[in-house]
Amino acid sequence: MIHQLVIAAITIVFGIGAAAFYFYGSNWLLDTMLPVRSGRPDAARNTRLTGLIRPWLFLGPAILALGLYLVYPVFASVWLSFHGRDGKEFVGFSNYIWLFNDAGFRESIFNNFLWLLVVPAASTFLGLVAAALTDRIKWGNFAKSLIFMPMAISFVGASVIWKFVYDYRAAGQDQIGILNAIVTYFGGTPEAWITLPFWNNFFLMVILVWIQTGFAMVILSAALRGIPEETIEAAVLDGANGLQIFFRIMVPQIWGTIAVVWTTITITVLKVFDIVLAMTNGQWNTNVLANLMFDWMFRGGGDFGRGATIAIVIMILVFPIMVWNIRNARREMEGR
Amino acid sequence: MADLIMTDVAKAYGEVKVLSNINLDIKQGELIVFVGPSGCGKSTLLRMVAGLESITGGTLSIDGIPMNDVPPAQRGIAMVFQSYALYPHMTVRDNMAFALKIAKKTKAEIDAAVEKAARILQLTPYLDRLPKALSGGQRQRVAIGRAIVRDPKVYLFDEPLSNLDAALRVATRIEIAQLKEAMPESTMIYVTHDQVEAMTLATRIVVLAGGGISQVGSPLDLYERPENEFVAQFIGSPSMNLLPGEIVETGAETVVKLSTGGLVRAAMATKTSDKGMKVNLGVRPEDMVPTEAAEHVFEGSVAFTEELGEVTVLYFDKKGDAAQVIAKLPGIHGDLRRKQVRLGVDPKKVHLFANGRSLLYR
Repeated sequence: MIHQLVIAAITIVFGIGAAAFYFYGSNWLLDTMLPVRSGRPDAARNTRLTGLIRPWLFLGPAILALGLYLVYPVFASVWLSFHGRDGKEFVGFSNYIWLFNDAGFRESIFNNFLWLLVVPAASTFLGLVAAALTDRIKWGNFAKSLIFMPMAISFVGASVIWKFVYDYRAAGQDQIGILNAIVTYFGGTPEAWITLPFWNNFFLMVILVWIQTGFAMVILSAALRGIPEETIEAAVLDGANGLQIFFRIMVPQIWGTIAVVWTTITITVLKVFDIVLAMTNGQWNTNVLANLMFDWMFRGGGDFGRGATIAIVIMILVFPIMVWNIRNARREMEGR
Repeated sequence: MADLIMTDVAKAYGEVKVLSNINLDIKQGELIVFVGPSGCGKSTLLRMVAGLESITGGTLSIDGIPMNDVPPAQRGIAMVFQSYALYPHMTVRDNMAFALKIAKKTKAEIDAAVEKAARILQLTPYLDRLPKALSGGQRQRVAIGRAIVRDPKVYLFDEPLSNLDAALRVATRIEIAQLKEAMPESTMIYVTHDQVEAMTLATRIVVLAGGGISQVGSPLDLYERPENEFVAQFIGSPSMNLLPGEIVETGAETVVKLSTGGLVRAAMATKTSDKGMKVNLGVRPEDMVPTEAAEHVFEGSVAFTEELGEVTVLYFDKKGDAAQVIAKLPGIHGDLRRKQVRLGVDPKKVHLFANGRSLLYR
């Protein structure tokens, strides 16, 4: 434990030190090589040159890292998806043909579709309700912190917590899962919730909703506060009641933000992996695309071709939403 | 179509009293303007009439019905906000129709009301536009239109022109005056910090200061017969000069000897017992005229001048404890800078204040 902490501390110090050294050193080098001092004949030219070069000194490391870890893998995945299990022989579209005939893939994409329908809608709706309600009460900020807190928990950590919530012990034993405890308290029979096909998908979704509601709430709460108070007062004078004001005056004014929140969560949902892995590992008909990809890529000897093919499918699904999301967010930021 | 009566109306936020003892009787068809310095509570009072702020004391009644606990929408009022407060996601038509839709009026009724208001305000070509596609003046007209369609008993305007540029402000001011003329039956309450708006629009002006009403009266009443020093200095620009002095002669006319030098005759009756009374003598800058006579209100050296073409404003060097004296002469007099100038005043244009209150209202 101590050992890990020390290593972590050293890594942090070394990492920050190296970054600082790089930025300071590279800028120093630039200024030494192209000095800008008044009186020198080349001062104007050097000012222009350093102005051109300096941004790249700052951008350089990020561009390299993104290129190495994001851009290259995209092309490598496309390439792999047209090759066999060890990435050597070219197989054309046969990985894709296999994929669309695979029952596991159909199950995963169906489940992903379910997640897509439920999680963004539920998170955004609950976040909106939480934002609207917490803005009105004295202990609203405290409530907000509580609702936001799951955001700070990793997906795996959250899954562990919810595993306890859904925990099942054979009949007769004490139920330590709170859900079963409640069920037995009211005289029901305890169930192994996460093994009940179809419905177990929703039990897993609850975890992501629990996490994402805080995110939606924070963003939407800021948006709600941005609504001019007068428009609400005008609606009060126009005779609108609380619900009418909320749905006909407030929500339409933050529609853009709602769309951004919705699509951001949608992208998270398409990539959902950790929760399924930690809760069921895709058993009992709960598999999703990301977990399926992981299965093919790294388990049972690994099939790089098929794994990469699934990755490409996920990317194709995420891409349009991402483009739309970024455009929307940019429009929001430009201000209305 | 209504009378609006405030009886001992008060507003307090916890311990902090913002307004108290507001008594006001507004007759149907009047355009009442609330003016006052920032923070005097004029907007708060308007919002209390609207029902957006609670009334913590006294009674507000419209048409004889107490309104303290009636929700805003049922008070028969409509309000035009400074920031227009248009619903940004609705077209002009929907903005104006919103209240009627909420009130579940039939489509025919709504269309008729909206078309009529749009015609009055020349908004017909813009009915299907969003507010963001309108100019400031047009947005303000939509806000007024939204009030008109509701056919309220009382119109409330909260600094409706202060977001407009100078030229548009004048134009819209005239439009509001014409609108009022076209609807002589309607009662309007108008909050502004702009004196010109107050003077030109008001049937009566309510000057608010220090958490209460300083004076209520017609615009010229306030200008010619201010009840106290505050109103005297608040109405008129530049504000009235106040010069400390002492009554030396009483009778049908009063003579005041000023501590800055100068002797002034005021067309105001005083009692013999007033002799020796410390007073502040008020003279409006525009009432001061250059004079050669021995009897004068002020003599001093001009510190600097502002030439506006139409008038020249003279700022005099300060004398003793008295505030800087300002005179406004018609025409162009830039050559008076650094010169010694003696000013007289028509005895009928002189105001006398003792302990801040006008001797006219004793």
